[in-house]
Amino acid sequence: MYEIIEGFIEATKLIATFDPDVMAIAARSIIVSFTATIAATLISVPLGAAISFGSFRGKKSLINLIQTLYSLPTVIVGLLIFLLISRVGPFGFMRLLFTPTAMIIAQTVLILPIMTGLTIAALSGVDPVIRDTLYSLGATRLQFLVNIMKEARFAILMAVAVGFGRAISEVGAAILVGGNIMASSFASSTRTLTTAISLETSMGNIPTSIALGIILLAIALGVNLAITRIQHR
Amino acid sequence: MIECVDVAKRFGSTVVLTGVTARIEAGEIFAVIGPSGSGKSTLLRLIDLLDTPTGGTIRIGGTDIHREPERGLAVRRMMGMVFQKPAAFNTTVYENIAVGLRFRGVGEAAIREKVKEVLRMVGLAGYEERRARTLSGGEMQRVALARAIVIEPDILLMDEPTANLDPVSVALIEDLVLRINRDRGTTIVFSTHDMYQGQRLAHRVGVLMKGVFAQVGSPREVFTLPASREVARFVGVENIVDGVVVSENGSSAVDVGGIRIRARSPFGAGEAVALCIRSEDIRIAPADGGAAAPGRNVLSGTVAAIVPRGPFSRVTVDCGFMITSILSWKKVDDLDIREGSQVEVSFAPESVHVVRRE
Repeated sequence: MYEIIEGFIEATKLIATFDPDVMAIAARSIIVSFTATIAATLISVPLGAAISFGSFRGKKSLINLIQTLYSLPTVIVGLLIFLLISRVGPFGFMRLLFTPTAMIIAQTVLILPIMTGLTIAALSGVDPVIRDTLYSLGATRLQFLVNIMKEARFAILMAVAVGFGRAISEVGAAILVGGNIMASSFASSTRTLTTAISLETSMGNIPTSIALGIILLAIALGVNLAITRIQHR
Repeated sequence: MIECVDVAKRFGSTVVLTGVTARIEAGEIFAVIGPSGSGKSTLLRLIDLLDTPTGGTIRIGGTDIHREPERGLAVRRMMGMVFQKPAAFNTTVYENIAVGLRFRGVGEAAIREKVKEVLRMVGLAGYEERRARTLSGGEMQRVALARAIVIEPDILLMDEPTANLDPVSVALIEDLVLRINRDRGTTIVFSTHDMYQGQRLAHRVGVLMKGVFAQVGSPREVFTLPASREVARFVGVENIVDGVVVSENGSSAVDVGGIRIRARSPFGAGEAVALCIRSEDIRIAPADGGAAAPGRNVLSGTVAAIVPRGPFSRVTVDCGFMITSILSWKKVDDLDIREGSQVEVSFAPESVHVVRRE
């Protein structure tokens, strides 16, 4: 019990003094997950729109598949990307393994299904009369899409926030393809909040773990507050 | 201008329209009236290219609109539509109304001018910066109307535009419909289940029943000479009595359960018909009232019910069949009638409209 309390006190110190190691890890986590979220947004929003407004065979099954992949295990994504970019893998020549780029790719793949699925839900949540109104006002196909997106903007932002939340809190993929490396330069290190917590805890370095945990929670809380605000619009 | 030929629509196994045929002239106000579920909305949606018919043709200005998809956008841009339950874009009133103009590439200065003008027309001047979702139902419907007319369409389609609205908004919208039609020559097609609204606004009405137009004509024709028993009931003819045509000294009469009623009809003896008599054409006199005007149908009966209705009373008399008249309160007092009173009911043969029973 005493150790835990001591851990909290130490953790508070680490945060309050802006401990350079802790801050670097937090910053890296945010950069990696934020980049992954941007990449996933650029793919999932057009993809979601195409699926939502397209009519093709197997549309229902595709949406079912996407929803199943919401709970895609992070280590499976990690393994998949590992196999693709490892030395012997098809993209091995790009030497991406154990780089932040690898983590970004893995997290992008990880959150694509949930973001695409939530985008589809956001678009199908738009009142059908809105669609009819846009058509009857003489919208072209593109004008129609842009305006439907505008109507669904808060729900789509929600999808983005959920995607970021899942990316920053996952550990399985980051550790498999990132490797939890603390190198001399910031850009070639791959230690993130989650991988660092798992390492520090196993090394008995509880105060650092707690400090990193508090920061991770604070980020998650911030994302949640953002979601709540969006929902109340 | 708008020509519907045998237009049919079914959704899966549900048949909504079976064969709608009508011609709506340019510059006309045409009301589609009919009971709920008769297919009014579906017909308007087909005209606005929001749905595809399963049969028949709709031509606008000679173009078969559903068979020339490459002209779809141009055709759609000729029309504006107001929906029964309007949907607001989640932004300001200004942006809501500007949408159609933006689609057409109108410049911002011109948009500002037009939005201001149209807001004034719908009685919402100064509402530009309000959030559209905070408006009341009546205000929102006026914004929806503004949104549709700001693009100055050739054809304005309105699906039950005043259903469930407050009387102020209804009056404003009705007034605006007449004005747009008069000032701009806009062809207006609207649906309503309120037959009096059809009468107030429309040059012609089409009575849509069971997926077809049971009758198309001027409001006066439809109200005084309904084409069938069903139309008569829908347009509010209170007395509809079934009988059979008989021949009586060369002039025609109808036998209603042993009672002869003189009425003009084009039908031959033996034909099963229904008699439609408007209650305001029926007079009630005391049983000893002496001679009624010659030539009128005179029936004796017993007052079965007196029900107040606004400033009038609805008096139902049992003459072997039930017949209902509308009298002022004063008239009821003067006649000194109450339930059970013996009275004489009379109406002219010209007041009887005879339709064939299906």
